[in-house]
Amino acid sequence: MQPAPAIHIENLASRYGGLTVFEDLTFTMRGGELLVLLGPSGVGKTTLLRMIAGLDAPSAGQITASDGQPLAQRIAYMGQQDLLLPWASLLDNVTLGARLRRQPKNLDLAHNLIGRVGLAGREKALPAQLSGGMRQRAALARTLYEQRPIVLMDEPFSALDTITRARIQDLASELLAGCTTLLITHDPQEACRIGHRLLILAGDPPCLRPPLVVPGPPPRAPDDPAVLQTQGALLRELAA
Amino acid sequence: MKFLRPPITIAVFLVAWWAITAFTPVPPFMLPTPQSVGAALLAQHDLLFTNTITTLAEILLGLLFGTLLGAVAAIGIVASTTLQRWLMPILVLSQAIPVFALAPLLVLWFGFGITAKIVMTVLVIFFPVTANFADGLRRTDPSLLDLAHTMNAGRTASLRHIRLPAALPALASGLRVATAFAPIGAIIGEWVGASAGLGYVMINANARIQTDLMFAALAILATITITLYQLVDHALRRLLYWAPESQGGGSGRVRWEP
Repeated sequence: MQPAPAIHIENLASRYGGLTVFEDLTFTMRGGELLVLLGPSGVGKTTLLRMIAGLDAPSAGQITASDGQPLAQRIAYMGQQDLLLPWASLLDNVTLGARLRRQPKNLDLAHNLIGRVGLAGREKALPAQLSGGMRQRAALARTLYEQRPIVLMDEPFSALDTITRARIQDLASELLAGCTTLLITHDPQEACRIGHRLLILAGDPPCLRPPLVVPGPPPRAPDDPAVLQTQGALLRELAA
Repeated sequence: MKFLRPPITIAVFLVAWWAITAFTPVPPFMLPTPQSVGAALLAQHDLLFTNTITTLAEILLGLLFGTLLGAVAAIGIVASTTLQRWLMPILVLSQAIPVFALAPLLVLWFGFGITAKIVMTVLVIFFPVTANFADGLRRTDPSLLDLAHTMNAGRTASLRHIRLPAALPALASGLRVATAFAPIGAIIGEWVGASAGLGYVMINANARIQTDLMFAALAILATITITLYQLVDHALRRLLYWAPESQGGGSGRVRWEP
């Protein structure tokens, strides 16, 4: 996999039918870091993520990679829903990208990833035969199968119960090491456990607050003093 | 109880029918007794069997061609805006003209043989198949298409691996409606002009006031329709085992079990 580049977002704006969602957003996702984006609903977090993913065009501003290469074909995306194809087996879901690009499947990689997300032996199962946590782990394996240096995640674990979520956070933190990752979440604990830096988008008009840095390497224990302290600071920031 | 319901319903229906013929002054040429219809079924089984084969062939071939044509049209409509602009008016027009009104013309063009009836059946079922499948193809979860986009999928690959399979349950709905409607097309075709088929038997029996034979043909036709529907429904459920509506009594499905 290519080394993960940093991503510069400069003066980004989103206007929709005369309505401004946000404008003049400028920040950098450092190469290989997991940057967490927090903020109230409707502030434009998902819009921002979709723009970086190339799914929506920005109304103004630029998104560039530090190595000068285009971002397209270097981004993997994981949403709130698992988006597993209900008719396809776990293995076929994980290798979906290869089928869509008409490439041969990398079965070694697929089996390796399925094993690492703890789903070995379930390769032939249909999504309906998997629990919510398993499905989200399958989606994580599908995201990692893409072997993209940039990963965008939009509240990927929000539908899971607390214990399952904590486990999958550890897993994601481990497996995404080295990728430049942007994670949207509403969960301050999740942000503090697995994020390198936390960015808050809030206000009217929405603007970015200075990033919070969580000390220590992720994933951090839920009772890690750094996690608890940053979580407190984060809650104060979000409530402000 | 589930398995007893159909025979009980049929038994009650037969007894009620018999009671009407036995205790009311309705003459047999208007409503024959169940016994005489049964006797006609047995006595004329050769005639009925040969004509049943004709009608069944018309229905099955009509279903096959109608489904293929409908599916191709739906894919065309969804894949190309130009094709949509050309095809949609034709589709709507095909429904604006009653198929009944077209039947004499089809017999004139395609003759008294099986072709006119197959065309008729295709015309009847083409629209539900196309409309349902096109609708399904258009309603692909946009998040899935976004995912495919981030995976650098082309339009054709997205269509083949995501939109088509996702729309199969919608095609199945269209196919179920088509199965129920297909016999209508075949029978109308036979009524207007035919040399064989159950519709032809019914028209002839009616002209000769052989009401019992007419009812026998009708009973066979009803049996064909119900059996065909059940078979298609069962096959679709097995093929689309992953679709939520295939698991248990989901919505969007008409059950013909009494």
